Amino acid sequence: MIFVTVGAQMPFDRLIRAVDAWTGERGRQDVFAQIGPTDYRPEHMEWTKFLNPPEFNACFRDCTAVVAHAGMGTLITALELGKPILVMPRRADLHETRNDHQLPTAKHFGERSNVDVAYAEPELSACLDRVESLTVDGRVGPTASPELVAAVRSFIEG
Amino acid sequence: METKPKKILAIASGGGHWVQLRRLMPAFEGHDVVFATVNPAYRSDVADYKFYTVTDATRWDRLKLVRLVLELVWLLLRQRPDVVISTGAAPGYIALRLAKWMRIRTVWIDSIANVERLSLSGEWAGGFADLWLTQWAHLGQPDGPAYRGSVL
Repeated sequence: MIFVTVGAQMPFDRLIRAVDAWTGERGRQDVFAQIGPTDYRPEHMEWTKFLNPPEFNACFRDCTAVVAHAGMGTLITALELGKPILVMPRRADLHETRNDHQLPTAKHFGERSNVDVAYAEPELSACLDRVESLTVDGRVGPTASPELVAAVRSFIEG
Repeated sequence: METKPKKILAIASGGGHWVQLRRLMPAFEGHDVVFATVNPAYRSDVADYKFYTVTDATRWDRLKLVRLVLELVWLLLRQRPDVVISTGAAPGYIALRLAKWMRIRTVWIDSIANVERLSLSGEWAGGFADLWLTQWAHLGQPDGPAYRGSVL
């Protein structure tokens, strides 16, 4: 199953439409999308507007790959679970977000082997074709770096 | 050396901010931590801890901001934490300002999503954070924010 998620805060129809079209073209029956607060209705994939954390975690666990906005929560979860992930950054000029922080986020995390980036819709179809075969070099642990934990801990106790 | 357990208010808004706050859990071990966020569904992530929700306000919505401030004042007065720590965004920034004013010690950890520059709330938090951190070495400055590792 390919799990598509755009977070709960804002819609991201540009991504959802493109993934929906790809799903139709490829005849895939196993794409599930969390589409956020939008009136757009996907035609070719199963969808829901929102997922609670247990449902979100279950989709993440069961999927073969994730397709998402370049949100930090989704990216970190993909790294924790060692899932291949394709992200498309939201753009402020299209009112998909309030600032363009997802662009550098995507660029930076795109350097990891299991993270691929599509900067715009035309690239998306080719990226979707290969997302399930991205290499996963293991997972990141469940906690912050020892240095950060130590810094915060010593401040708390200081 | 054993230190007396401190009371901590750990606060973050939804999505990535909350995920990053949860990864700091080992820093709180042995202390009395209370979590606050904007989405009641996150309660199951921290089932063993005290958990509060506040209004999800941004700086664009004045009415919600007023509500958020009142909720945070109430939360701080009721919990009386020794330390307030936030990974962003607006609710954490306001909590830090109020905490500073109430002479509570404060920590701001700017989101790892801010690769090229600090978030706006992160910039503003600088004046109210006793420990003011970025998660990117190249964003660290001698006068702050400091770089002391990341949530990854």
